[in-house]
Amino acid sequence: MTETTTTPPSGAPAFPTDRTCPYRLPENYDTFRAEEGTLHRVTLYDGRTAWLATGHDIARRLLADPRMSSDRLHPGFPATSERIKGFRDRRPAFIGLDPPEHGPRRRMTISEFTVRRIKGMRPDIESIVHGFLDEMIAAGPPADLVTRFALPVPSMVICRLLGVPYADHDFFQDASRRLIQSPDAAGTRAARDELEEYLGGLVDELRRNPGSGLLQTLVTEQLEPGTIDREELVATAILLLVAGHETTASMTSLSVITLLEHPEQLAALREDRSLIPGAVEELLRYLSIADFVGSRVATDDIEIDGQLIRAGEGVIVASSLANRDSSVFEGPDTFDVRRGARNHLAFGYGVHQCLGQNLARLELEIILDALLTRLPTLRLAAPVEELTLRPATTIQGVNELPVTW
Amino acid sequence: MRVTADREVCVGAGMCALTAPQVFDQDEDGVVTVLAAEPGEDARAAAREAGSLCPSGAVRITE
Repeated sequence: MTETTTTPPSGAPAFPTDRTCPYRLPENYDTFRAEEGTLHRVTLYDGRTAWLATGHDIARRLLADPRMSSDRLHPGFPATSERIKGFRDRRPAFIGLDPPEHGPRRRMTISEFTVRRIKGMRPDIESIVHGFLDEMIAAGPPADLVTRFALPVPSMVICRLLGVPYADHDFFQDASRRLIQSPDAAGTRAARDELEEYLGGLVDELRRNPGSGLLQTLVTEQLEPGTIDREELVATAILLLVAGHETTASMTSLSVITLLEHPEQLAALREDRSLIPGAVEELLRYLSIADFVGSRVATDDIEIDGQLIRAGEGVIVASSLANRDSSVFEGPDTFDVRRGARNHLAFGYGVHQCLGQNLARLELEIILDALLTRLPTLRLAAPVEELTLRPATTIQGVNELPVTW
Repeated sequence: MRVTADREVCVGAGMCALTAPQVFDQDEDGVVTVLAAEPGEDARAAAREAGSLCPSGAVRITE
């Protein structure tokens, strides 16, 4: 099935639609920004309709509303692509659970992601970042930044945190990519089967021969006492592994493109490295790579801003649009590394807000700093217009990024 | 200013400890703890920001 940007028969505009520029919103999203109000009707790929929340304030209120469910098995849950349906026959990890089931399961993992624990990973992450840069520089330009650097860095970092052997990266990087990019439900299911088998095997091995990392902690503290079962632990492992590298990999590639396309902003960072943490926040806001993560279904009637969302209706909270709400971000379409606003919704909001956000922040800070130092002449080896962008239905990014220096 | 944090509601996103480390911390389990229930002048702006950023509504700031 192909996506369309023309108005579908229901009269409501299509959502989501593909970007034509890696860092600009799709042109037809201007429709929502021009219209009155912050809650719109949209048509999904399968012809069904859903609500689209586009304002920063309504986005926060909806994402924090206990009547908004993340249950993908609910018949009203808005599927933004056929791929999403590939998750429907499986028990979800905590990302797909609502309170009160959600909280205790998320809590099993949060001790690994505290600000202090993540800060403690800095030397390890720096060494991983410089290790891959050493290899890429030794091989010489040109290079594909995605396969050489943007993907392996977060992949190795999340492997260390989870206790997954990085040696198996060819397998799980490929399966992860198919999981999030397969055009159909069958492809998603196949990738998920493979990841389940792989991580299930790893969990069994950790029971026989204990190792280190978060998966071992979950085996020892949750699986063995029987708080969770193997199926749930494996679902959690898939979530953490896939979310842990695909998102940061995308942010790295798109950040490089965005900075190279805004030379005055890049120069500012080069001159004052203390701007980097703020620049990371601005890149997160500006690029907003994961709109579909804000999909929910109303479990009760919700009256909000003079509109009625009925029980059973789908709602998509578009972080990309909320992050360009001019009532919150002045000149929202301007990329400004000095803006430094942390109130963007790139990591979501409410109880499902990204668990790994502080890891992502630290990785991106280290990555940008290292690239500025090690590759001061880095540039794209192909015009930005010629890059193949991922479709709107998945984490935004590029699968290849030819660079030279 | 009075700062409280609901440890039952907290989801461990860490926005408070990141934004106002003088006022908030996370314990060994990753759950919010309040370091300064009545923060001094120099920490109040950060505490307010942490209150507005907290995704779960655990952090409460009363002026």
